[in-house]
Amino acid sequence: MENTSIHVTTEKLNLQACYDFVQDASCGGIALFVGTVRNLTKSKEVTLLDFSTYKPMAIKEMQKIADKALVDFDILKIAIHHAEGELQVGHIPVIIAVSSAHRKAAFDACQYAIDTLKGTVPIWKKEHFVDGEVWVNAHP
Amino acid sequence: MQIKLLLFGIVKDIVGKNTTELEIIPNTTITDFKSILIEQYPKLVAYKNFSVAVNENYVDDTYLIKANDVIAIIPPVSGG
Repeated sequence: MENTSIHVTTEKLNLQACYDFVQDASCGGIALFVGTVRNLTKSKEVTLLDFSTYKPMAIKEMQKIADKALVDFDILKIAIHHAEGELQVGHIPVIIAVSSAHRKAAFDACQYAIDTLKGTVPIWKKEHFVDGEVWVNAHP
Repeated sequence: MQIKLLLFGIVKDIVGKNTTELEIIPNTTITDFKSILIEQYPKLVAYKNFSVAVNENYVDDTYLIKANDVIAIIPPVSGG
């Protein structure tokens, strides 16, 4: 699919690569969502986040999100890149980039993509604190 | 029949490994499979809101498990 770029990688995510992939002369705007590792959870200091994935299924689910965004919104291209492994505070676990002729479609598709990713893509993060660790969302 | 299970997140920690096998009869539903799994690993009862994927696709509780299916236990996801 030349209008979608999907990656799950242990390497540092590349914001410029996402931007360059979606950039096009026909587009009046690009919306970017850049997730970053926050230093606090419920006022406890986070030391690092460890992301694990069911990689082949994660890629499939991310591709489904991108394909649906292309159908449901008037956009040209979408990139969804997610990191796996250990990330420190300030590092980037996820980037979503969307280009469209007009800004509303890009904003809407970008929001759809990150909201859906957080609900369906099989990726899990474990928060590490000075005094322990916890799987995020695991406790009912 | 023996089926292969893939375990992730909190479920992997509870079971203590990332793959295992389970003996079930053909055409077991996902609902019954979950009961069998929890019987074998009672600590999972606290986390029974997990989803199940078969061959890398989410399935609902009525899916009938076939020989050679690869079953993944998907606890609540937290990507992003």
